[in-house]
Amino acid sequence: MIRTEEMLLNVGPQHPSTHGVFRLVVKVDGEIIKEATPVIGYLHRGTEKLAEDLQYTQIIPYTDRMDYLSAMTNNYVICHAVETLMDLEVPERAEYLRVIAMELGRIASHLVWYGTYLMDIGTTSPFLYAFREREMIINLLNELCGARLTFNYMRIGGVKWDAPDGWIDKVRDFIPYMREQVKGYHELVTGNEIFLNRVKGVGQYTQEEAIQYSLSGANLRCTGIPYDLRKEQPYSIYDRFDFHVPVGETGDAWSRYLCRMSEMEESLKILEQAVDQFPEGGKTMGKVPRIIKPPKGEVYVRIESPRGEIGCYIASDGKKTPYRLKFRRPSFYNLQILPKLLEGENMANLIAILGGVDIVLGEVDG
Amino acid sequence: MTEENENKPQQNEDISSKSEEAKPKEHENQKQAPTNQEDAPTAESDEINQSSDRPPKADSSETTSKSEKPKRPRKKRTKKDQPPEKQEPSPNQPLLDHYVKMIKNSLGDDSIEEAFVNRSSKELPTITATPKSYFSIAKLLRDHEELQFQFLSDLHGIDYESHMEIYVYLYSMTKKQSVALKVKLDRDNPVIPSLVPLWKGANWPENEAYDLLGITFEDHPDLKRIMLGEDWEGYPLRKDYEPYDVEV
Repeated sequence: MIRTEEMLLNVGPQHPSTHGVFRLVVKVDGEIIKEATPVIGYLHRGTEKLAEDLQYTQIIPYTDRMDYLSAMTNNYVICHAVETLMDLEVPERAEYLRVIAMELGRIASHLVWYGTYLMDIGTTSPFLYAFREREMIINLLNELCGARLTFNYMRIGGVKWDAPDGWIDKVRDFIPYMREQVKGYHELVTGNEIFLNRVKGVGQYTQEEAIQYSLSGANLRCTGIPYDLRKEQPYSIYDRFDFHVPVGETGDAWSRYLCRMSEMEESLKILEQAVDQFPEGGKTMGKVPRIIKPPKGEVYVRIESPRGEIGCYIASDGKKTPYRLKFRRPSFYNLQILPKLLEGENMANLIAILGGVDIVLGEVDG
Repeated sequence: MTEENENKPQQNEDISSKSEEAKPKEHENQKQAPTNQEDAPTAESDEINQSSDRPPKADSSETTSKSEKPKRPRKKRTKKDQPPEKQEPSPNQPLLDHYVKMIKNSLGDDSIEEAFVNRSSKELPTITATPKSYFSIAKLLRDHEELQFQFLSDLHGIDYESHMEIYVYLYSMTKKQSVALKVKLDRDNPVIPSLVPLWKGANWPENEAYDLLGITFEDHPDLKRIMLGEDWEGYPLRKDYEPYDVEV
């Protein structure tokens, strides 16, 4: 007889498949996880504290570094919060540019998730395809704002740059191409027997649990709740587009996979309509005072980022810096359910579950 | 994924944003001039913006004649000039009244300190609870059949120097309504019941508030410093916090 005893195992903070500096202390009995304790904070930069000494426009680049896989939505949430507080109007053209940028960012972010998730599970080639397409999106965004990752593109009241000549057409050409690729991804992975065995029934939870844990994004929708803020509380110009919110049924890693894959297709739909409706001329900046001083008061806005509900709270005392700035970071909330999901699971499923939550550590740690 | 460093092309931007920061100071006294400039981007200037590569435009300085003003900003201005419009009761006022009535009926008149519709936050009904009734109001908001705020969207603390505040944003997925629940705490001894028994999702946010603001949550299953090290001194988000390295 082999005697087994509980063992404490440290995963991270630099383990390659933990998607960043994330540490997990797992108590294992043989192959079975008895308890998992996430340790976070390795990437905490005190964005909220720093922001208290910065003017609103200066805060925008900091938001790029929170969820660095979808910096456009982060840019938007802070601008949207200030605009709401100041009751500013954003020009049509700017709104369209924002939506196009955000949806491109959403696809790029899902592509990273798709590639790395399958790499976690043990297949390498989807990663290469996903990054090939992501590169095209990054190039598009680079043409738009001169940066590949930390865009710093949006401004309070509009966007920093207008689209260069022919850019909209490039986006238009990209849509059918990407659609084909998504089909290809499905062919490559979706029906694969090994993949199905790795994800079906893994990391499963119910609707009630998902709500209890304040999950959002695909992590919530995979249980069958069609909760997408673009539909639920439309912001920007999302009420002008016809798209639907993909939901799962089973609430496991498999349904999260399907949700995110369909979300890419829905984003393409939105892009298609946005490109068609894109206004001919017009300004890209609204009328904004030189020094942005929102009136005294507080505001909380939330929007749909690729990872879920990203919120921004501002308490303003009428000065040019926020009195208190708070980001509701979806990854931070979504990660809370991890210890519960891992309990009793096989060690080999650890990464399959963690990857399925789709976190970005820059956002978890703020 | 680690944070990639793909920022080279941003250099230009950095420079322009610096000048942006500097400029407002010069113009601070002549606020009118810059607003007028922005008022009047003639068709010409728009064209320039589109054709040239990356002009530092719109929000930086570009002197254009103040001839014709486009329609949209003017619309905005008239909106701003009408404070009476703001005086009208909010469309969400009935909702707030309903919530308040529900709460007062079951928890007594003194359970609510203040209730108002936050006009600047998308007409958000906001309820300030007394510390004593904070937990029971949250429970009522979650469980009452006519309220059903089952989703906790956000929880965080704020240091107002005179007092501490907890801000909780709840959403009802069934009724598609939002409410903000606030509670004011004694700054020297901020203690409040934890919401984790109601929402497990309140766990880490409460830890964060404890870590960065020093608010203690009673009955929290695992109250700890979540971002900073256990031996960290002070609470960084407090307004009187002295940074470790003052130079930075």
